Amino acid sequence: MEFRKVFCEELRKLMLADERIVILDADLASPNGTMPLYKEFPNRCFNVGIAESNMVSIAAGLSSYGMIPFIFTFAPFATRRTCDQIAVSLAYSNQKAIIVGTDPGVTAETNGGTHMAFEDISVVRAIPRVMVYDVTDAYQLKQAIPQMLNYDGVIYVRVPRKLYADIYKEDYEFTLGKSDILKHGNDVTILSSGIMADIALKTIPYLEEKGIDAEIISLNTIKPLDEKTILKSVEKTNRVVVIENHSIIGGAYSSVAEFLSTTRPTLIKAIGINDEFGQTGKYRELLETYELDEKSVSSKIIEFLKKAI
Amino acid sequence: MNQLIQTAKEIRRLTFECIASFGSGHIGGSLSIVDVLTVLYFDQMNIDPKNPKKENRDRLIVSKGHAGPAVYATLAHKGYFDKKELYTLNKIGTNLPSHCDMNKVPGVDMTTGSLGQGLSCAVGCAVASKIKKDGAYIYAIIGDGESQEGQIWEACMFASNKKLDNLIVFLDYNHCQIDGTIDQVVDCGHFEERFKSFGFDTYSIDGHNLQEIKDTIIKAKQVVGKPHMIILNTIKGKGVSYVEAMGVKNHSIPISKEDLEKALEELK
Repeated sequence: MEFRKVFCEELRKLMLADERIVILDADLASPNGTMPLYKEFPNRCFNVGIAESNMVSIAAGLSSYGMIPFIFTFAPFATRRTCDQIAVSLAYSNQKAIIVGTDPGVTAETNGGTHMAFEDISVVRAIPRVMVYDVTDAYQLKQAIPQMLNYDGVIYVRVPRKLYADIYKEDYEFTLGKSDILKHGNDVTILSSGIMADIALKTIPYLEEKGIDAEIISLNTIKPLDEKTILKSVEKTNRVVVIENHSIIGGAYSSVAEFLSTTRPTLIKAIGINDEFGQTGKYRELLETYELDEKSVSSKIIEFLKKAI
Repeated sequence: MNQLIQTAKEIRRLTFECIASFGSGHIGGSLSIVDVLTVLYFDQMNIDPKNPKKENRDRLIVSKGHAGPAVYATLAHKGYFDKKELYTLNKIGTNLPSHCDMNKVPGVDMTTGSLGQGLSCAVGCAVASKIKKDGAYIYAIIGDGESQEGQIWEACMFASNKKLDNLIVFLDYNHCQIDGTIDQVVDCGHFEERFKSFGFDTYSIDGHNLQEIKDTIIKAKQVVGKPHMIILNTIKGKGVSYVEAMGVKNHSIPISKEDLEKALEELK
């Protein structure tokens, strides 16, 4: 199912039961899929127009009144454009809000470089009281949404709008803040962020061909990191690869490196965007351009393991 | 009204003592809003100092958050906390930072300081009050220099579009900002016409006339379907002649013991 449909369906259920939930959009309610909620809950859905900073501070006011705002806009506007409002109006003021940044990284596709946030995680991760959740698949998102209501702080949810690969099955159980081991292995720990779990899983045949038995973990939240699970895997493999649809400066790789460098220094290979801007293209084309497709990623992992003995 | 005049004087004294206890601070923009704070907290607002988080209370968001000392002096005088706390302003570990803090100071309804954001927060409160139908009034004080921030106008557009008639905004039009007069830095003249054209019910009054402030608030409350903008024509540093005379240079200044004595003598 499309991620935006999951959001709309789950929020609908929650809004029927919980009058504290309000929706805020900045003229992207149609593409972000919240429009049906406006018909059903006209008094709790607000389109502020093309004014994202205003939207974030309005959310802070609503939160101070006991409401729980869900804010929707594209990832670059949800973070770069509103950084100070997130920091002061929301986080520093101890307010609660869920900021949904859609179409992060290469999933911005043909909206191109202006809309292709590769630094959205870096921008918000440094702000205290902000959780960063890079959504892995639709089954996971469905379970995560009700849990978001219980977090005492700001959650930045990084999620594409449309259909991407399923990683989990119906019976999957998710706890927001925890990672998932997608495949057990002994030779290297592959940590994937968000939808890059799909690419990580697709490297398996390439790696097995070279006799590499990888452990694959989907991080899910970049902040907090599931340190226990990461550490347990690294104790076994001694080598780490991080794959992210984001700049290697300030995102998942940086978080993992910051953690391991002080707890268990380990060689880490960063596979992400190398301090570059985005560009227009289709998802697969962009993965190949930035060498984030399974073939390129597999070769990089194989090369890394040759050197990292 | 005589009682209110005395209250405003006492709040000015406390504001001065508060800043003097640290040795320096935002005196100019604090003194310019004392009169509106007096009318709000001692006449107009539905609040309870013994229960600062009371449901259905009226709220004030001081978007020009650097006026914290005046807000703290008002709240202390109203009985929200011990006046002795005023003398801890900005000292390490204090509950009274220079900019308004809702999590540290009982009675402060929103944390402010990064200019332009507080009015949007007030708009959020006004929306929430409408959803909850609690009948509260949401007051906000913005600066004239602060109105150079684009977000102020984003907030105004939304407030009038949503007909937030429970939102009463005051503009502290003291004509001064850090680098010079408003006109010298970026001219923001014709405020009343600007806010009117953004859909506000507007007034322009003497920001130091307590009766006029009170009457205007009462009048604004009768106007339905529009948010309200009351432009307070003020003097930065109002009430202490040597501070007033400094003009644009009184934004944040050192205050010595001698300065304090001089000010208190004048505020008797």
